[in-house]
Amino acid sequence: MAKINHSLLIKNGRVVDPANGIDQISDVLIVDDHIAAVAPSIDFQAHETIDATGQIVVPGLIDMHVHFREPGQEYKEDFESGARAAAAGGFTTVATMPNTKPVVDNPYLVEAMIDRAAEVGLINIKIIGALTKGQQGEQLAELAQMDEVGAVAFSDDGHFVDSAKMFLNALDYLKPLDKIVICHEEETTLVKGGSMNESLNSARLGLKGRPAIAEDIAIARDCLLADYAGARVHFAHVSSARSVDIIRATKMRGVRVSAECTPQHLTLTDDIVDPSDATTKINPPLRTQEDCDALLAGLIDGTINCIVTDHSPHAIYEKELPYDQAPSGFPGLETSLAVLLTELVSTGRMTLVNLIEKMTWAPAELFGLDAGTLSVGSKADVAIFDPALEWTVDAKKFYSKAKFSPFDGKKLTGRVTHTICGGKLVYKL
Amino acid sequence: MQSNVSIAGRDVIQIADFDADQIRLILNTAVELKSVLKRSIKKLPSLRGKAIVNLFFEPSTRTRSSFELAGKYLGADVISINASTSSVVKGESVRDTLLTIEAMAVDAMIIRHKSEGVPQFAANVVKPIIINAGDGCHAHPSQALLDLLTIHQLKAPIDQMKGLKIAILGDILHSRVARSDMEAFKKFGADIHLAAPPTLLPRFVDPSVTVHATVEDAIKDADVVIVLRLQLERMQAGLIPSADEYSRYFGLDARRLKLAKPDALVMHPGPQNNGLEIAFDVNYCEQSAIRAQVNNGSVVRMALLLLTLSGDREVL
Repeated sequence: MAKINHSLLIKNGRVVDPANGIDQISDVLIVDDHIAAVAPSIDFQAHETIDATGQIVVPGLIDMHVHFREPGQEYKEDFESGARAAAAGGFTTVATMPNTKPVVDNPYLVEAMIDRAAEVGLINIKIIGALTKGQQGEQLAELAQMDEVGAVAFSDDGHFVDSAKMFLNALDYLKPLDKIVICHEEETTLVKGGSMNESLNSARLGLKGRPAIAEDIAIARDCLLADYAGARVHFAHVSSARSVDIIRATKMRGVRVSAECTPQHLTLTDDIVDPSDATTKINPPLRTQEDCDALLAGLIDGTINCIVTDHSPHAIYEKELPYDQAPSGFPGLETSLAVLLTELVSTGRMTLVNLIEKMTWAPAELFGLDAGTLSVGSKADVAIFDPALEWTVDAKKFYSKAKFSPFDGKKLTGRVTHTICGGKLVYKL
Repeated sequence: MQSNVSIAGRDVIQIADFDADQIRLILNTAVELKSVLKRSIKKLPSLRGKAIVNLFFEPSTRTRSSFELAGKYLGADVISINASTSSVVKGESVRDTLLTIEAMAVDAMIIRHKSEGVPQFAANVVKPIIINAGDGCHAHPSQALLDLLTIHQLKAPIDQMKGLKIAILGDILHSRVARSDMEAFKKFGADIHLAAPPTLLPRFVDPSVTVHATVEDAIKDADVVIVLRLQLERMQAGLIPSADEYSRYFGLDARRLKLAKPDALVMHPGPQNNGLEIAFDVNYCEQSAIRAQVNNGSVVRMALLLLTLSGDREVL
């Protein structure tokens, strides 16, 4: 037997590992960087022991949609602060979107960001490359070369690819690589200048709308193109009820589309939009309760594959711009699990096992990641949370540089206590 | 009215922030102030020693002058800052601008901005009283109050406004005046009717308001007809084909006005595009209350400054 450098025994927690159909009180033994055993009672003199009695032990969470702002906008977030925020939220694998300055649209930048991720260490940071050069929607980015150096997926996130021909070209070109294209779906002309959902609320506030129909027709177009090209298309941060219907119908026809949604679109509506405070501004925008309900139904029936945060940090002074001028997005890594436990699991609207699957194994399987399970021999990425711990979100205390959140001040139940990545304890409450 | 009704120390951001008694107080105070404007020496000492800053991030002539004179008639020191000639164009943030002005010990800031929400942001950030002089397409409360006062004096006292038919014609979608007017009229039970090309209407409209496809339907038997200004950029944005076509179907001319009650009031927040949304002869007809609106604007703004800053109408 090889020499053991380090061992960690997690005792007596409720182990939830959807990939292996496990939900029982167990011990988890980590040796060096991998899972060595999962069993009801492990008798082992480990270097380190965590008593997880009353806590829940799950595979490290996965978030396939974050913005860490490197390179070029490190004042908003960087790999270090982003990774710390992720670890505090129980995440051990994240994928960064390429809408940086410059855009990550070539193999040199992908490699540089992979090196940067390794340098920071803390958690696994995967790199998503741009689909088109500069995310301009006009020319293909060097997709094959980015794939070769390790880009995990491709996306022009933040932008809809206006040209159907350009999008079809990208799908055709990517077929031999079997990589997923992640799509931000809002038809450009219908959302131009808009900053909130189009509704009675936008009519009352005088804010220009970003209507759900803009998302619906974009998703409808790309469902048809995915079918036509036989390609893999993944819909980012789905927010509208009708979009869920369109994706469901498309999946039933055997087309290889997939989708994600965020905690904010599942739990918040445009009723909270206050034009004097752009914290709630995101793209696509917060919509209605009917949309929240449809997203949850889609998540439960499998129409929506996984949950992401769309962690989108900005400087406070940028979010203090007038609502119509402020940038979109807010940080989500440090509130995601707790919001979902509080709003969906505690209320009985979704089971814990289903939620954890949507945050671990489902995205790992979809994107072909070596993560998301507690199988013996797999990498020791583990999150431990206390499902009963009550706490109040205080955005000022975020590890993220972006110290604001629409959940700021909200009382939540359930909080990550330990995050372990590659066998190392990277976060402790 | 109860004597303990007050808006002292209050910001004026939107009509919804005030109850009916507070609006009555504002209108009654404005009516009392009318006599002051008729005096040869109009200055009152009520706000002596108070400093008011007009902070206009968006160009304005009438609203800015109206507030400026209102402050001066009440004895306050008033200055106007035009953001296009200030440090704002050098990249200063709204917060920094507000804090800088606050640090000069001002008592009130009157704010106009092209973006919705900025006056409320100001109220959240600094201590002086904030009065919204128009924020984007959101609200223009002093305009709604002066419109209410105009109807109150020339058509029906606010307590008898229930069922009064008020038609609002034109670009509702982009109009902060229409939004604030509707909030104010609804509060006193008026029956609100709208007509505009569908491209200039919000897709979702408060169900208590009736939307008509034609001006004719909207103004039939109306007691009050409010015409909104048509901005020429609506043509460029592809919302309407031409000024001519708009005028043909949605302009208020004498022929259409005959469909309203014979004594219907015609109102317009100004400035008017004569011959476009309103015919020249309608603008200046006997039923036109457009000049009365401007006069009411002065006293309403005086009332707002007096009541929020001094809290005491006995100084009159």
